[in-house]
Amino acid sequence: MKTHPPSATAPTGSAAAASPDRPDPADEFFREQTVAGRIQSVLHRYPALSPAVVLLASVIVFGLMNDRFLRPENLSLITQQVAVVGALAVGQTLIILTAGIDLSVGAVMVLSTMVMAQTATANGVPAIPALAVGLLVGLAAGAVNGLLVTRLKLPPFIATLGTLSVFTALTLLYSRGATVRGGELPGLLTWTGESFTVGGVRVTMGVLVMLALYAVVAYALSRTAWGRHVYAVGDDPEAAGLAGISVKRVLLSVYVTAGAVFAVAGWILVGRINAASPNAGTDANLDSITAVVIGGTSLFGGRGAVWGSLLGALIVGVFRNGLSLAGFDQLYQTLAVGVLVIVAVSIDQWIRKGRA
Amino acid sequence: MMTDLQGRQPVLQAKNIVKTFGRVVALDGVDLELYPGEVLAIIGDNGAGKSSLIKCLSGAYTPDAGELLLDGKQVRFDSAQDARAAGIETVYQNLAVSPALDIASNLFLGREVRKRGVLGSVFRMLDSKGMRERAEEQVKALGITTLQDMTQPVEKLSGGQRQAVAVARAAAFGSKVIILDEPTAALGVREGGQVLQMISDLRDRGLPVILISHNMHHVFEVADRVHIQRLGRCAAVVTPQTHSASEAVAIMTGAQRAA
Repeated sequence: MKTHPPSATAPTGSAAAASPDRPDPADEFFREQTVAGRIQSVLHRYPALSPAVVLLASVIVFGLMNDRFLRPENLSLITQQVAVVGALAVGQTLIILTAGIDLSVGAVMVLSTMVMAQTATANGVPAIPALAVGLLVGLAAGAVNGLLVTRLKLPPFIATLGTLSVFTALTLLYSRGATVRGGELPGLLTWTGESFTVGGVRVTMGVLVMLALYAVVAYALSRTAWGRHVYAVGDDPEAAGLAGISVKRVLLSVYVTAGAVFAVAGWILVGRINAASPNAGTDANLDSITAVVIGGTSLFGGRGAVWGSLLGALIVGVFRNGLSLAGFDQLYQTLAVGVLVIVAVSIDQWIRKGRA
Repeated sequence: MMTDLQGRQPVLQAKNIVKTFGRVVALDGVDLELYPGEVLAIIGDNGAGKSSLIKCLSGAYTPDAGELLLDGKQVRFDSAQDARAAGIETVYQNLAVSPALDIASNLFLGREVRKRGVLGSVFRMLDSKGMRERAEEQVKALGITTLQDMTQPVEKLSGGQRQAVAVARAAAFGSKVIILDEPTAALGVREGGQVLQMISDLRDRGLPVILISHNMHHVFEVADRVHIQRLGRCAAVVTPQTHSASEAVAIMTGAQRAA
């Protein structure tokens, strides 16, 4: 930071510098820089702050635009619409924190969903083991991604682009393209669609399951050594390795955990659409990335917070719902979400530039 | 058992270390002794085998031949982890700190301390407060005044402060030997001076330090003995009392034979 010598003590007192009523233009410039710098550093420290502000502002704006927006049934609808993508974003956050990306998110979710449903119906397995088998499939799919990234050293983008096709095809082959309707499924699998009412707002079990995922992962990230290692590996894998962290093991654990999370999202999906459909979740890959990025987690890894992704998912939900209530065509919703992503990543770039 | 003039036993001793890469002989039978409470500088031209020697001592390389003795007992390191477990800590040139994590987290990175009781054993909860306090104690004990707030992210620190974090981490866990690879290379004059002060403080606390540096000025300011590498061998071991920096450089480049 440059400082200017007080004009009174300047050895060669030029008239312009000595005059107190003419502020030095350079002073103003530097003051402006520090304000921007201060914002930068606050955003840097609290990555979930900017999405929180955006969410609050958008709720207020849409609430003023349409009085139906803030009604309990509409707010409940938004949470239900957000639950699946919100849950997927938990796993996607973990992966993006390690500077990776997962394009197979939706495919893993639907694969586990179909396995749960078929195991419970066609194979006649009781609900609890059927659910467990579905979760194990998600875990295994995550392990496949993780091994491709850590053992074959494939870039995560390519590895998961490949498994996206593989898992999608496997799902269709396994299910023969047939949807299992909710009525055929055991109650446990559609339990996530059941709801209760708090103060006029209907809350589904799926939303609670999603919140539980956030709570568990947020705890693990901020309060355990594993969480610090995830950040350290994403931040600088070489430095993490030199500090004695097994980078491969951390990465693999992240992909496996994320796979299990995607399977839980699949369970929420069954309750939400009251069916297990092999064709569901095609938009889920990009939607989950959108939520994470809008939520302030850096695509470069090592910076971000999982709660930000919940805010990101909610922002997307609020925009879609609010614009649709205001009578905008669905294409404008898509357009708005696209703009949000670009703005969010630009802010991230700007914040990262301010470091050091 | 080899001892020096005062009858001390070396903390770390390397005997006849050989390391080859294909046909390239990086280390051609190098001996090195590090005594308690001394700063031993290693200097040498590029390709003289400085880094290979350090990597053999810090466990990153396993020598092809020769032996390493730690406190007089033969040791073998197959990884940097092994050396670290034996009490040899290395501060690498690229520092190995995680920019986004705070100072305390960096000091304990890879060696986190969990809370006592069920919270720690079942819920794996970290003792963040305890680690912060211990980090503060450690930094204070080392006389590092440039680090104040342990919750500051490392990326907000200057080069010298980052170096201080890395050195503090090494000193906190390096019970026997600390190896510093080019600690002043990226620093300005004032910060370089602070790091040198930190090195002599470490020595005064009885921790032997191996210092690798290109900066003869720094080497001759802080080192007790200077090990000169040349063409994969130890050309000489001199002291700042017997040799000047330019004489050391002459030995290093081969312009002068060691007396």
